[in-house]
Amino acid sequence: MTETRTVEIGPTDCDARNGPTGHVLAGQFRKRLAGHGQEFVLDVEFEAAAGFTILFGASGAGKTTLLDCVAGLTQPDSGRIAIGERVLFDARVNVAVAKRRVGYVFQDLALFPHFTVQQNVEYGLAHLGEGRRRERAAAMLGAFRIERLARRSAGEISGGESQRVALARTLVTDPAVLLLDEPLAGLDVPTKAKIMDDLREWNRAHNIPILYVTHSREEVFALGERVMVLHAGRIVASGTPHDVMTAPQQETVAQLTGFENIFDATVESAHPERGTMICCLAESSETGAVLLETPLVRAVVGSRLRVGIRAGDILLATSLPSGLSARNVIPGRIRSVEQHDMIVAARVQCGVDMEVHLTLAARDALQLAPGKEVWLVIKTHSCHLMLS
Amino acid sequence: MTMDWQAFWLTLQLAVVVSAALLAIGLPVAYWIAFSGWRWKFLVEAVVALPIVLPPTVLGFYVLVALGPRSPLGRWWIGLTGHTLAFTFSGLVIGSILYSLPFAVQPFAASFAGVDRKLVAASATLGASPVRTFFRVIAPLSVDGLITGVALSFAHTMGEFGVVLMVGGNIPGVTRTVSIDIYDRVQASDYAGANATALLLLGLCFAVLAIVYGVNRKVWAVGPAK
Repeated sequence: MTETRTVEIGPTDCDARNGPTGHVLAGQFRKRLAGHGQEFVLDVEFEAAAGFTILFGASGAGKTTLLDCVAGLTQPDSGRIAIGERVLFDARVNVAVAKRRVGYVFQDLALFPHFTVQQNVEYGLAHLGEGRRRERAAAMLGAFRIERLARRSAGEISGGESQRVALARTLVTDPAVLLLDEPLAGLDVPTKAKIMDDLREWNRAHNIPILYVTHSREEVFALGERVMVLHAGRIVASGTPHDVMTAPQQETVAQLTGFENIFDATVESAHPERGTMICCLAESSETGAVLLETPLVRAVVGSRLRVGIRAGDILLATSLPSGLSARNVIPGRIRSVEQHDMIVAARVQCGVDMEVHLTLAARDALQLAPGKEVWLVIKTHSCHLMLS
Repeated sequence: MTMDWQAFWLTLQLAVVVSAALLAIGLPVAYWIAFSGWRWKFLVEAVVALPIVLPPTVLGFYVLVALGPRSPLGRWWIGLTGHTLAFTFSGLVIGSILYSLPFAVQPFAASFAGVDRKLVAASATLGASPVRTFFRVIAPLSVDGLITGVALSFAHTMGEFGVVLMVGGNIPGVTRTVSIDIYDRVQASDYAGANATALLLLGLCFAVLAIVYGVNRKVWAVGPAK
């Protein structure tokens, strides 16, 4: 009896120190959506502890469907969703949306246009008496710095103000979990940062799990303590933003997180004493092998890997540079130069076809044009190794 | 050229009772049509829309049969009150409700369906019950459709003829409405009297439609919602 004793430490116990709530949102469910002649299956398993968890993925990856399932707006085909010990959905239970205590701020905010800001914020407090309701709403309007908007109609306030009202309206109901579906999309960076500060401040006291959906790489690094990467209905990676976004384990993640250059490579030699290894890029037969110094990973010489390099991490020089710390200097020739919005994408043939991003000013200063001879400069740690 | 004010007041009374009843009956029916995901919903929608295309005599005939002493409903009513529903004001109300049902339900359903689903979802996530969501979010944002539906059922009831004649007959003060009065006058070659009554009805219906189109700048058409 005593030998087989197991001590179960539930996540709630672990997180009790974090604050008053500290519950974990745990989901493991499947939802099949059919429509437009194609089928989409969301099949996920995740845990979100108190604090921010970023849900990252391209559009169509299933981010909103996942949130809808947690909120109860969409019913999963099977699985289980729970906040701490409280089951929201499983084979026998399906708690009504209104009783889940899951706060949800939609991408388009969905403020009630026929109400004032004050009425919007008070909407979720119908169970309270008028005095108490006023008090709670006033405190929340204050916390999000929108007291002056209280009497304005929700239809006539600015985008940033609407986003604050939407957050206040949801948070005032004291949710057990908060779902944010790109609620700050379209805001300028300073405005966004201020709102996020207010939201963090609020959650310091409440300590609930917050699932924050975004498809912006920058937001992942700026906000997240943890990130889950959703791709085609599955969570393909999760961990700290740094782990997930800078050293992806799977190529789908790499493509999602912005590796314009992904090549097959063979490990030529390993140098454990320097913490590096030399990899030979494939498809480089014509002009001789392209050798790349990369960080050391656990791989035997001769094994095949994939190397991902961000186009924005590569330097371009028009003459052979010297005195550099970067270990990879590769000669090549420009094949094309294209302007995408404010970024210039140059394709360089250097044994492999490499995409390089630079600014308009850099293009003009270097007078880059097809046919021009250039050198690519790539730091060892800009080479990200993945399993092939 | 004397107006039959008794017929006029009776018609007005009928129109008010029927529009009020249609508001009460039409709201849940329209809510169900707008939000149900039932796959056979279109059948219910078709049944509700039937009075638009059905000859009033056909509708009136079946209502008369249903209210008569041979039907279970008619027998139940006779057992309850001691007299038949046919050829009474109450019978007229029932017939008129059925006859004007689509004119209330369709504008209601169309405007409910036009309410942003995200607002309905937001209301639910904020803890509101479906009933609270309906009265605080859906109905206030559908005011145009509600006014349209009530006004149209009012005007439609004011002018109905076939159903009234079939179900109610022509009993002065009980079932004799304005349109029956006009018909009677024409039969009796009282063209001036018919004209006076018809003009009044024309003016009233125009006023009601003007209100409908005035408050509701969106396109309204007699047709299935959506």
